[in-house]
Amino acid sequence: MQIFPCPFCGPRDETEFLFAAEAGKTRPEPAPDVSDAVWADYLYGNDAPKGTAREVWVHLTCGEFFVMTRDTTTREVKSCAALPGKAS
Amino acid sequence: MSGWRHPELGDVDRRKPVWFTFDGQPLSGFAGDTLASALLAGGPRILGRSFKYHRPRGLWGLGGEEPNAILDVTFDGKTTPNVRATTEKLRNGMVLQSVNAAPDAARDRFGLLDLAHRFLPAGFYYKTFMALGWMRWEPLIREMAGLGKLDATHHPPADTPVMNAACDLLVIGAGPAGLAAAAAAARNGRQVWLVDEARAVGGSLRWRGGEIDGAPWTDFAATTCNAVKAAGGRILTDTVLWGAFDHGSYAAWQRREDQTNVHWRIRAQNVVLAAGAIERPLWFANNDLPGIMSCEAALHHLVLYGAVAGRRIVIGCAGDAPYAVAAALAKAGCQVTLVDARKDTPPAPDGMRIIRGAKITRAHGHREVGAVTVDGTHLDCDTVLVSGGFTPSVHLHCQAGGKLDLDKASDSLIPRAGTSPIRTVGAANGAFGLAAALEQGHAAGSGAAPAPRAVDRGWALDPIRPDPGIKGRVWIDPQNDVTLKDVRIAAQEGYQSVEHLKRYTTLGMATDQGRNANFAGLAAMAVLTDRTIAETGTTTYRPPFTPVPLSVIGGMRRGEAFSPPKRLALEPQHRTCGAKFREYGGWLRPAYYGEDEATAQQDEARTARQAAGLYDASPLGKIEVIGPGAAELLDFCGYVRMSTLKPGRARYGFMLSEAGIVHDDGVVLRLAEDRFIVSASSSHVGSVRLILEEARQDRFDPSRVFLHDVTAHWATLTVSGPLARAILADAGFSVPDIPHMSVAETRWKDIPFRIARVSFTGDASWELSVPARYGGELHAVLDAAGTAHGARWIGLEALMLLRAEKGYVLIGKDTDGVTMPHDLGWGGPRASRQDEYFGRRSLFTPEANRNDRRQLVGLQSTNVPLPTGAHILAPGDTRRSLGFVTSSYYSPTLDRAIALAMINGGRSLVGQDVTVFNLGETYLARVTDACAYDPKGERLHG
Repeated sequence: MQIFPCPFCGPRDETEFLFAAEAGKTRPEPAPDVSDAVWADYLYGNDAPKGTAREVWVHLTCGEFFVMTRDTTTREVKSCAALPGKAS
Repeated sequence: MSGWRHPELGDVDRRKPVWFTFDGQPLSGFAGDTLASALLAGGPRILGRSFKYHRPRGLWGLGGEEPNAILDVTFDGKTTPNVRATTEKLRNGMVLQSVNAAPDAARDRFGLLDLAHRFLPAGFYYKTFMALGWMRWEPLIREMAGLGKLDATHHPPADTPVMNAACDLLVIGAGPAGLAAAAAAARNGRQVWLVDEARAVGGSLRWRGGEIDGAPWTDFAATTCNAVKAAGGRILTDTVLWGAFDHGSYAAWQRREDQTNVHWRIRAQNVVLAAGAIERPLWFANNDLPGIMSCEAALHHLVLYGAVAGRRIVIGCAGDAPYAVAAALAKAGCQVTLVDARKDTPPAPDGMRIIRGAKITRAHGHREVGAVTVDGTHLDCDTVLVSGGFTPSVHLHCQAGGKLDLDKASDSLIPRAGTSPIRTVGAANGAFGLAAALEQGHAAGSGAAPAPRAVDRGWALDPIRPDPGIKGRVWIDPQNDVTLKDVRIAAQEGYQSVEHLKRYTTLGMATDQGRNANFAGLAAMAVLTDRTIAETGTTTYRPPFTPVPLSVIGGMRRGEAFSPPKRLALEPQHRTCGAKFREYGGWLRPAYYGEDEATAQQDEARTARQAAGLYDASPLGKIEVIGPGAAELLDFCGYVRMSTLKPGRARYGFMLSEAGIVHDDGVVLRLAEDRFIVSASSSHVGSVRLILEEARQDRFDPSRVFLHDVTAHWATLTVSGPLARAILADAGFSVPDIPHMSVAETRWKDIPFRIARVSFTGDASWELSVPARYGGELHAVLDAAGTAHGARWIGLEALMLLRAEKGYVLIGKDTDGVTMPHDLGWGGPRASRQDEYFGRRSLFTPEANRNDRRQLVGLQSTNVPLPTGAHILAPGDTRRSLGFVTSSYYSPTLDRAIALAMINGGRSLVGQDVTVFNLGETYLARVTDACAYDPKGERLHG
């Protein structure tokens, strides 16, 4: 079982977490200007990289969403950071 | 015949006989025996039948690798299937039954299948039985194949606790290498867990013996165990480490005498794998006959249990390891002939014949071995012991992602250092012999201080490979009946990758997980395809290392504990009122009140329409959205705008997924300018909270809005129906005069009290909420006042009926993974909203714009309710479905059946008759509006 570090709570078992999204994808807006293809790619086009991946996960017990960088083959967790929110 | 019991050797208590039966035959062993040793010393030789050809099978090995001696064991009235005889302790009164044999191992009638072996090569079943449809043949084939029988009446207790543990160093295997590693680490103060499958530490030392640092090995073992315990570690015997998982986590199954099993989850900083190696067979014709055993296993059973494999024994080998076995057997009184494939061998031990530079090419015998041919010479014997080298147990290294390399010296695949977080030592690392094992184990444990010393000559061996030129049937995988010929067929048909070989022939797919067969299989494939073993590769190793009972993995989480439902604060009160409970969306809620469900549901629904119904709405979500950014957040996350809602009012809306699909519906209450309550439906509270949280943290300023899920903090009881207002007045509530879709916060006897006028029934309804600890008082006054007015408590079944009369949808029941809000008749916000919201863009794709989308309608049928799930057929077409019935009830108020359905272009069909089809029956129905009762909504204002 993997151990993920929640930026709020610290290291916890993976069963407490849920994958949310691939990090770095920007929601295309405003809607009327977005083509069907671009929107479909946003919804369904995931990279699923082999190796280093940046992903958004949520710690279900505290509700904190955060960005985690991890290696999908070795399962090594490289870094974790809270979402920047509107501040970014 | 079988083996015999030595008068003195072995660690069994000859004063304590243990009685048992095998296939009905009464037998006995001694206290301290395993099933295998007792059967070897005094039982029959045929212990089972092979998987495919039903060939007789006898004992092969000494531990968890045993492929043949697999038995159904009945003890204490409980039958456990597929127990390995080598690892199970014998107990008085055990009933052993051979598997895959009818009626028993000795007289198996399917043994005739073996005569047809010529016609049953690898791929036979795939090729033959697909033609006429596999389903037709499957029951017949299943009857003939397979292992033990499940006892349907035996429900293993859910009593295996899962224990979490952490340690500095996990040492897997307590043989010499494992002991040396543990000793070195414990001396440095590290917390060591030492785990072994056997009932005692020592590994092969237990039967091979040896001296460490000039003293008996048992002294070293005892010192090590004491040091491990003193440093805060543990010794776990009878424990199989069955899986290596992520981030240094390992699973172990511990068996304890007269106590429950334990399932350990161990988190280890460092891991040393010292699991040893298991002996390979030799590949000659009929090498599967009972009486042909692993050489090392014969020594194991002789020394530990005094169970001697036979009297006239031929030992076939090409290495030094069996010489000690031969010596011990000769000393025990057996007539031993050693057949060594090498010309240059060590001197033969005393009292035996040795044939050098020769190989066994064939075993003879019908039901068991009676002779062998050694390079053309016939040798009579009753037992053949074989040693074709050793296969290191590298499974856990490979499970952890490690790679293997061929090691020439040990002729085996050993871990490539650094490819997994596990350090492998000793025989598991191809280092055969005591001195090498101690040295490697010690180095892995610390590296400091001198290593424990031992003197041995090492184990020289010559590689042995299956010979494709040999005549007769040569078994590669005895349990799954894979022969050399099957490997040849696979190679000829192009299944040359080991993964294809495995799946085509089932090589290595038996319960021994290929431990006895995989090396031979890939070596044979390498020979047949003219490749090296490295080029041929290995199959993937996956947990479990040894079959683990599901009751161990399942642990205590069964029955009610499997997925515990949420419980209502007022459950005792509802039970007193006669409620029968059922799970709805994760909550245990009253389904109906009374004895007969159908009658209760109809009565409750009728009473709710005529007088009033009371029900517990506590599971309804209550997510508080607080702060100056609250309205903005809800506008983005919801399909219906909430920022335009006035404080004190409520509005119905949807929450969509980003793909535009309706995720949830519910009412949002605005308590104040900066405070809302989202009443998500009871099964969607968690996911709605996550949608809100993600937007709050990712898109908005988290300091301006806060979410608080207070669902369980409040008890909510709803009073609905024409007499609801009167009941509230009688109960002594001062009900503010608020219109439908409003909310008020007030106090009831100084208790915080919230009243919301929203309706899930179509009748005027008041939802009354108090902090959960006051729920009992609220229930008591409503119960009294309601009873006085002829109202009654209604369960979820009646509530579902009432909402269906009104055409109110239940998300996930009346909708599915493609339903959008405009399919439910809620196209308004889609058409009018200009601001951005979650899921918006998806509502304008070509798919979302289709006008024949599946839409919500009602169905009016004759007096028989339509089956839920029945299909609506296209006019004039009996094979194409236009949609399906999603909810169906008999309405006591309308005195007719009602139904909701999702139908392609359904709203344009309103007024038309359609055919409904279910399981061969057809029904006639008329498409109507979804709302069947009080379409103008006049009753809401009661």
